[in-house]
Amino acid sequence: MIKRVTFRNLWLPYLLLLPQLAVTLIFFIWPAVQALYQSLLVEDAFGLSTEFVWFENFEALFSDPLYLDAFVNTVVFSFSVAFASMSLALLLAVMADRTIKGATAYKTLLIWPYAVAPAVAGVLWFFMFNPVVGINAYLLRGLGYDWNHYLDGGDAMILVVIAASWKQISYNFLFFLAGLQAIPRSLIEAAAIDGAGPFKRFWTIIFPLLSPTTFFLLVVNVVYAFFDTFGIIHATTEGGPAGATQILVYKVFSDGFIGLDLGGSAAQSVVLMAIVISLTVVQFRYIERRVEY
Amino acid sequence: MFNSKMIIAGMAGAFALSMASEAIAATEIQWWHAMGGRNGELVNEMAEGYNASQSEFKVVPVYKGTYTETMTAAIAAFRAKQQPHIVQVFEVGTATMMAAEGAVYPVYKLMEDTNTPFNQDDYLPAVVSYYTTPDNKLLSLPFNSSTPVMWYNKDALEKAGVTEVPSTWTEVFDASQKLVDSGMKCGFSFGWQSWVMVENFSAWHNIPMGTKENGFAGLDTEFVFNNDNVVNTLQKIADSSEKKLFQYGGRRGESLPMFTNGECGMWMNSSAYYGSMVQQAKFTFDQTMLPLNTDVADKAQNSIIGGATLWVLQGKPAAEYKGVAEFFNYISSPEVQARWHQETGYVPITTAAYELSKKQGFYDKNPGTDTAIKQLSLNTPTPNSKGIRFGNFVQVRDVINEEMEALWAGQKTAKEAMDTAVERGNALLRKFEKAND
Repeated sequence: MIKRVTFRNLWLPYLLLLPQLAVTLIFFIWPAVQALYQSLLVEDAFGLSTEFVWFENFEALFSDPLYLDAFVNTVVFSFSVAFASMSLALLLAVMADRTIKGATAYKTLLIWPYAVAPAVAGVLWFFMFNPVVGINAYLLRGLGYDWNHYLDGGDAMILVVIAASWKQISYNFLFFLAGLQAIPRSLIEAAAIDGAGPFKRFWTIIFPLLSPTTFFLLVVNVVYAFFDTFGIIHATTEGGPAGATQILVYKVFSDGFIGLDLGGSAAQSVVLMAIVISLTVVQFRYIERRVEY
Repeated sequence: MFNSKMIIAGMAGAFALSMASEAIAATEIQWWHAMGGRNGELVNEMAEGYNASQSEFKVVPVYKGTYTETMTAAIAAFRAKQQPHIVQVFEVGTATMMAAEGAVYPVYKLMEDTNTPFNQDDYLPAVVSYYTTPDNKLLSLPFNSSTPVMWYNKDALEKAGVTEVPSTWTEVFDASQKLVDSGMKCGFSFGWQSWVMVENFSAWHNIPMGTKENGFAGLDTEFVFNNDNVVNTLQKIADSSEKKLFQYGGRRGESLPMFTNGECGMWMNSSAYYGSMVQQAKFTFDQTMLPLNTDVADKAQNSIIGGATLWVLQGKPAAEYKGVAEFFNYISSPEVQARWHQETGYVPITTAAYELSKKQGFYDKNPGTDTAIKQLSLNTPTPNSKGIRFGNFVQVRDVINEEMEALWAGQKTAKEAMDTAVERGNALLRKFEKAND
């Protein structure tokens, strides 16, 4: 049970809330309002001439077939990243949870990739899979697969998913491992005595008990794939070839910061904001119900 | 406890202080640029050279990242009223800068206002024409310009039995076939494909890429690069990739290793790759002019440049612009320019610097290094080969890149790809027109 604290003084609770409210206002609400306003304007790069155009930027956006492609790409990309990074992290965490020799070193190594900046991770994978000089592309060619992410949209998508997931595995691993270690040994031992095999134990006891962690990670990973990955895309494929890896957040970045189309970019970020708000609502309303704390 | 050592130390300190305050007294001129590595060192050297030549101004070069980053940083700074005096902007940003009347200080006007001697005719026409108004007034100072050339692997061509260096597209295809037959992985490749294969292809064959003098004569311009000449050439290249004659290797310079590893025999890209070639290629290589498509034109016109220029931003005290003008004069001097040209592989921006490099014997010692400048000054630029000035061109280049990739991947024909590129490009032009009218 949460302990309820009653404040006698009417002003004190507000005063205590003030710093948090100020931070929210300055860093979230104000920029969001700015983006909303900007999305209704057509403006040149220097801000010398501004015209209020109502919803023209949005109309242009939704009549652009490429924007709809970016939607599909985003869904494919975020689902793949969340799935790949979480399942691999869970596998690694389950293995690291056993008592093995040199577990600390093993765990430390697994956490390392998280410290790598997204752009660096992108460049790293870009080099390994580079069709001209990359070692992985060379090995794949040896296996009879002609890897070329400059030309093949599918290859490019796989590349950015690998690069984006690789970084996130460490983070997920940490949480899964902590979750696993919080499960009482006695439960698992009891099940083992009752004759349940490792798989049965995992699916009926461990995994359900991990569900709060899994849910938390699902939210974090989807938000990560939606917002934090433009550095990776920029460093590996720049949204290409032929727009195959153009995801929504990268389009916001490239239209706004490279193309200097501020109105269009703002309109896109408003759409993105709406998507993430509704995703969060769906997650907490429907998926959270299945989570047992 | 005074002793003579302390007194001397104190005097030295006071002297240093007075020197420092003198240095502070010099008016600082901020110069934001995108030249990293060796080029960045040369930029610093230029500033130091100028600072040492007089005491009134002090030019401070600041490296701001890539071209795009430098430009967006300067624009953001302008909006925050913290802009630098000088900013280096790449050629595709020209239309954006030019449309920003009230934000930029045109170079011709700067020179007039500050009474600085300045003769526009000293500069190479093909370089300067990219950055002038329709009535031939210079807007920004040419600084680092390059142009695409065709690099070729001399050893490989000899081995394949190609006796003459290809100068037409037919010859390029023939030579590529021979190269592949002799065991090479591919005949030719290129990078910066919008710049090389659309923008320069059009200029080289004296055909327009867009209406209104390629955008120089007004914002209400439209693209026309989906014409038969461009489409047929691109389709031929795409078809030749089935026979491994052409292999695509990325949007910019990513395909360089394909050439320097000896996988492809010919490579069309910027003349500014000279330094990398010298470092990486383990065979004899050379550069020659871009190939001509004889179905399109009988003789080559001239190629157009890439690279960047220096723009001056408004909003600083009038006295400081005198320093900017003098600095521009200094870096345009033949000695400074010739050194810059020879060290970097960019073309010399003035005729005097070109002549000086000739006199110094640079081209005799480094054969082929004057291909770029010859290509640029082959003929007097026409409205089709003067350059291009399209709004939102950074995005348009991405559009062209995307559509060309779809072509190389076999998803679209050249006609479909170019039609879509024109349609999408025109939408971006209209958007730019709307934002800037």
